[in-house]
Amino acid sequence: MATIHVDGRSYSVDGADNLLHACLSLGLDIPYFCWHPAMGSVGACRQCAVKQFKDADDDKGMLVMSCMAPVQNDARISIDDEEAREFRASVVEWLMINHPHDCPVCEEGGHCHLQDMTVMTGHDRRRYRFRKRTHRNQYLGPFIAHEMNRCITCYRCVRFYNDYAGGTDLGAFGANNNVYFGRYEEGTLESEFSGNLTEVCPTGVFTDQAHSDRYTRKWDLQFAPGICHQCAVGCNISPGERYGEIRRIENRYHGEVNRFFLCDRGRFGYGYVNRKDRPTQPEWRAEPEAEPVTLDVNAALDRGSDALRDAYRVIGIGSPRASLESNHQLRDLVGEGNFSTGIAADELACLELMADLNRTCGLPTPNLRDIEEHDAVLVLGEDLIQSAARLGLSVRQAVLGRREALAEDRGIPTWNAEAVKTLGQDSRYPLFVAYPVATGLDGIAENRLRLAPDDIARLGHAVAHRIDASAPEVPGLEAPLAEAANRMAEALLAATRPLVVSGGSLNSTAILDAAGNIARALSRRARMGGLALVRREANSTGLQMMGGQTLEWALEQLEAEQADALVILENDLYERLPARRVDHALSRARTVVVLDHQRTPTLERATLALPAASFAEADGTLVSLEGRAQRFFQVYDPGYIRPETRIRESWRWLHALAAGRRRESISDITLDQVTRDCAWRHPALAGMVGAAPGADYRVQGVKLAREPHRYSGRTAMRANINVSEPRTPQDPDTPFAFSMEGYNGFDRPRQSVAFAWAPGWNSPQAWNKFTDEVGGHLRAGDPGIRLLEPVPGRYVYSSNIPQAYRRSDDEWRLVILPRLFGGEETSARAEPIQARAGQALAVLSPEDAGALNIADGGGVRVITDDGQWVFPVRTEAGCPSGLLFIPAGAYAALRSGMPVSLAASGDTPRDDKGLTGEVRP
Amino acid sequence: MTDALSRLRYRCQLRQDADERREETHPLTWRLHDDGTPVFLKEYEDKDGYAAVRHTLNEQTGAQVIDAMKTANVRGRGGAGFSAGVKWSLTLQGDGMPRGYIVCNADEMEPGTFKDRLLMEQTPHLLIEGMILAAYANNARYGYIFLRGEYIEAANHITRALKEARDAGWLGADIAGSGFDFDIALHTGAGRYICGEETALINSLEGQRANPRAKPPFPGQSGAWGKPTVVNNVETLCNVPAVLRHGAEWYQGLSGQLSNDGGTKLYGVSGRAKRTGLWELPIGTSGTELLDRAGGIRDGEQLKAWLPGGGSTGFLLPEHLELPLDFDSIGKAGSRMGTGLLTVVTDQQSIVSLMRNLEAFFARESCGWCTPCRDGLPWTVKILQALERGEGEQGDIEMLDKLATDLGPGRTFCAHAPGAAMPLSSALQYFRDEFERGVRHETGPAHADPIPVGEV
Repeated sequence: MATIHVDGRSYSVDGADNLLHACLSLGLDIPYFCWHPAMGSVGACRQCAVKQFKDADDDKGMLVMSCMAPVQNDARISIDDEEAREFRASVVEWLMINHPHDCPVCEEGGHCHLQDMTVMTGHDRRRYRFRKRTHRNQYLGPFIAHEMNRCITCYRCVRFYNDYAGGTDLGAFGANNNVYFGRYEEGTLESEFSGNLTEVCPTGVFTDQAHSDRYTRKWDLQFAPGICHQCAVGCNISPGERYGEIRRIENRYHGEVNRFFLCDRGRFGYGYVNRKDRPTQPEWRAEPEAEPVTLDVNAALDRGSDALRDAYRVIGIGSPRASLESNHQLRDLVGEGNFSTGIAADELACLELMADLNRTCGLPTPNLRDIEEHDAVLVLGEDLIQSAARLGLSVRQAVLGRREALAEDRGIPTWNAEAVKTLGQDSRYPLFVAYPVATGLDGIAENRLRLAPDDIARLGHAVAHRIDASAPEVPGLEAPLAEAANRMAEALLAATRPLVVSGGSLNSTAILDAAGNIARALSRRARMGGLALVRREANSTGLQMMGGQTLEWALEQLEAEQADALVILENDLYERLPARRVDHALSRARTVVVLDHQRTPTLERATLALPAASFAEADGTLVSLEGRAQRFFQVYDPGYIRPETRIRESWRWLHALAAGRRRESISDITLDQVTRDCAWRHPALAGMVGAAPGADYRVQGVKLAREPHRYSGRTAMRANINVSEPRTPQDPDTPFAFSMEGYNGFDRPRQSVAFAWAPGWNSPQAWNKFTDEVGGHLRAGDPGIRLLEPVPGRYVYSSNIPQAYRRSDDEWRLVILPRLFGGEETSARAEPIQARAGQALAVLSPEDAGALNIADGGGVRVITDDGQWVFPVRTEAGCPSGLLFIPAGAYAALRSGMPVSLAASGDTPRDDKGLTGEVRP
Repeated sequence: MTDALSRLRYRCQLRQDADERREETHPLTWRLHDDGTPVFLKEYEDKDGYAAVRHTLNEQTGAQVIDAMKTANVRGRGGAGFSAGVKWSLTLQGDGMPRGYIVCNADEMEPGTFKDRLLMEQTPHLLIEGMILAAYANNARYGYIFLRGEYIEAANHITRALKEARDAGWLGADIAGSGFDFDIALHTGAGRYICGEETALINSLEGQRANPRAKPPFPGQSGAWGKPTVVNNVETLCNVPAVLRHGAEWYQGLSGQLSNDGGTKLYGVSGRAKRTGLWELPIGTSGTELLDRAGGIRDGEQLKAWLPGGGSTGFLLPEHLELPLDFDSIGKAGSRMGTGLLTVVTDQQSIVSLMRNLEAFFARESCGWCTPCRDGLPWTVKILQALERGEGEQGDIEMLDKLATDLGPGRTFCAHAPGAAMPLSSALQYFRDEFERGVRHETGPAHADPIPVGEV
């Protein structure tokens, strides 16, 4: 710690910081542009100048850039100094020389850091009277819009895109006052994290293209604290709504999870919420093939309750993309013995093993921030950029952390970003990746092995054995694998904090057992390591903890006529098991009640379809892959703008159905009741109540506002429907109000922040006002409760070691690989994601492609009992032969491990709906 | 090359004949020929070449070399005047520290400067010898000569000299039987003035954008590819062999009573003088003597001002010609010695136009990294253009004053913008009337006050 004196007042700050970081953390306002808490200082913009004095007697002082000035004990600085203020005003004036006067039509307006800083420095008169420099813009794909004339050349975009996120296709071109940030030619930005440019850019150069199509100013959006439902990482998001549509998703700062950044699937994948074909009213089908009739709520509940009451046994199929509350209400409705998780057996086996390992392998599960502190990483059977992109970004920071360690040894502060880069060059902590095909982290890996799933497991077991000889030895281990395992074990043991990352992407319990053995071996060697296990869906972890049967079990009950009614919660069974199997089982059920917010093939089979709320219209709790229970809050009431809709939270529908089935009058229920009941019934989930404050939480005696205080047009919003304005919707479930009335400030620490705003800070930089230090934790503590922690005990090594992979001579096997864009059910229904995903390519080794007479770019025909599909082929040298790799989301009928026949296809796989691999709902 | 071409070709003009240039007094140029033909290995070795390497590498430690350089007080000839010995003493070496680089800054692009070119074209081995000695002192493993791309003849001669030196065992493993290994590569730049800034040079050498780096860390701590790196100007390095051959005392004595700085300096004159060219003279020689050697100002013109060492140094007046041309004396007069090549400006030349030309150069050559330089310099150009055309408005000169201050030292990322601000502020100080003549208009109408919209 060090003491600094700012404008005559003394403060205690961290001596390792720079002055800007320290002052902002103290809540003092210094304008800045190029500095970013996650990316450090480079001293380019010169906006953060302050006056520094040598000692108490120095009354002259000199200007320093606070971002580049290390905190020194007894440092004396002045922010208010006249010369410093004038210089800062000059800097903004220079930045504005070429900046267009287009704030009224600029999409950044209203949450623009440049606007905020311009106001902060007091620049309000233009003195430059000459011509402005102009640029041409580029098409950068479906996510990002480009307007280079607004650029103030802070270099944040390229520093984030290239240095932080590892992108290669965005650069700075030109020199002097003609620097251009863009691609070398027009085209879609390749990085999976490009959306962060919209928040990293301090002005409107990179804006959200998806938002642009349905634009609303930030101050006119209604927000709630959300949790991304597009994978299991559990990133915190701030979805914004206007006129009953989600208009954009921004990052919501969480000091232990996503911090400042999201992946593009999470940011741009919300379009399914706004689909026009969503079910909005209950639908009843008397006969399986009949046209559905819409019902009102009471009629629907009556018919549903009657049907369920008449059934001799009702099976409930839950969903890993639905909240704990909804799954719990379903389980409550059908009874514990009749509840299926809705997860296929192979995936559920992996989930159960993962939960077991998290408790018993001896190593804790790190959160994303923790992951960045590890100094050796082994990834077994995951392409993190595809399966848990944000976690992959954290692994990248961990690996790059070596540069910071080297810098510290040389006395270079870690915030001195360019100096750290210069010194470190390409030195990195060791990262090893074993996966069948190339992965997004290969470029920074010390070694990457392309192995068949069974060989990945064998490699992992060999590493465990090398670390601790009492772990089982792999019989007949091939020499190259043994050599690789030696090096990996050596690197993990040499590390202070080794990290093992694995997961269920390849559906292999053998790989998970191997990862668990490594973790166990490391913990026995007393290493402060971590084990991170990737699950597939938003609530896979939580649903497994709640427990339930496999999806196959549920279908078997129907097929065996052990049950005649089915309630399916937010789950498209056709995404999980082959269509024939699902069709067959569903045809045995007399009653099929489906609750969903998407018009899925399963919903089309429903006797009674109930319109469920998506994450944007419901509250609930999810458990992320880290084991963190997190609450997401309803953003808007869909019935306010569209009174005809009957969308309800699934847990509300299920509560009503249960009451109706018992012939009880339907009392209302609140989220807090469901959450408490769920926690009480499932001891493993007991902590979930504390994931967020209950509905009675108040700040300064008032509810929390969902809308910024400048929210406009509220009274006119429904004027096209009725001139008399109804009462705003009431929210009995949460402490948030559907209103600008309520608390929205930063000065009272709170965990549940719908949107970040502080006086003078309208951009995402306002988050700095909510944290204990910039880039730190929310002052009230980061939200969520961890539910999965290691429990002490003596645990034995697994000896689930598969045989070495040998390709079968007479058949091909499919391996389904996770895919960031298009590989997840709901986001694949969002237009920008579809545009970004493009065609799904199958991957073959060049030898196999040659044997099949398929040229790169040619097509492969996949033939199964269920049908035939054609995919364009990408060949990849080194990937295991005998396997065909297909991205997830292409066809549910194609499942990992499936034996298939392959043939070259002369058909052009493009533009033919029946044959393409492209994901189109 | 045909005779016709040969006659058209520019040749560095050293205006001292061989009789004047003696080994004891002209360490840089005594080996050169009057006709400008280059000195290659055979002749260089005959003229005591590489003797310093043979002696030093076998008889002295690196620390002794650094001490000698400090005692000799060889100050950086690239313009900043920082003691080469002190710089070398700050280079990290020793346990656990990788051997780094010696980089010769041969990107001579300072307006009005053409001294390094002479040395590289006509005595490339002197530079190579200096680099070997510098490498020895700094424990460097490899050297780079970052050469201005347009210096094609220098590139050819250096390439030949490097091969000769390598073949003769002056470069490579076990130099002169000392066990010291070192080699040099020539890198030709793509033509950006900013590459003369040492850290931008390193970035460019690494293949990055030629943006300067923040200091600290200095290149001696973390330079090219993160390794300890010493960047020295050509002329600085060319002084090293003589210092080590004849001793620091001798070198320090070359400048006699003229200056505290040691050695000689390659001075030059360009602009409207009768005989422009280069002279190797004791450092501290006065501007008067130099201008005399240049034959004075052209007939019919009067000296109005002069730049002591390139476009990035401040204007001085005729009365300053008596000053010794060394770093401290010129610094006290409010300018910088810079490269020590005088640019003379006469009463026939417009200071406003000259400044417009200079600022256009500096604005164009800004790397675009920091705001004041990137966006402030073009504004000065626009204003100067307006003044030049007589379209200036009231307030323009005050704005130039403010820009000159705001672009000054400590406010920008590197010394580029301060280099551009120095001639501007001195021009505004000495020749304000010329600028005022360009102001013909009242200040344009101000925008009407915006309607108050309440508080933030």
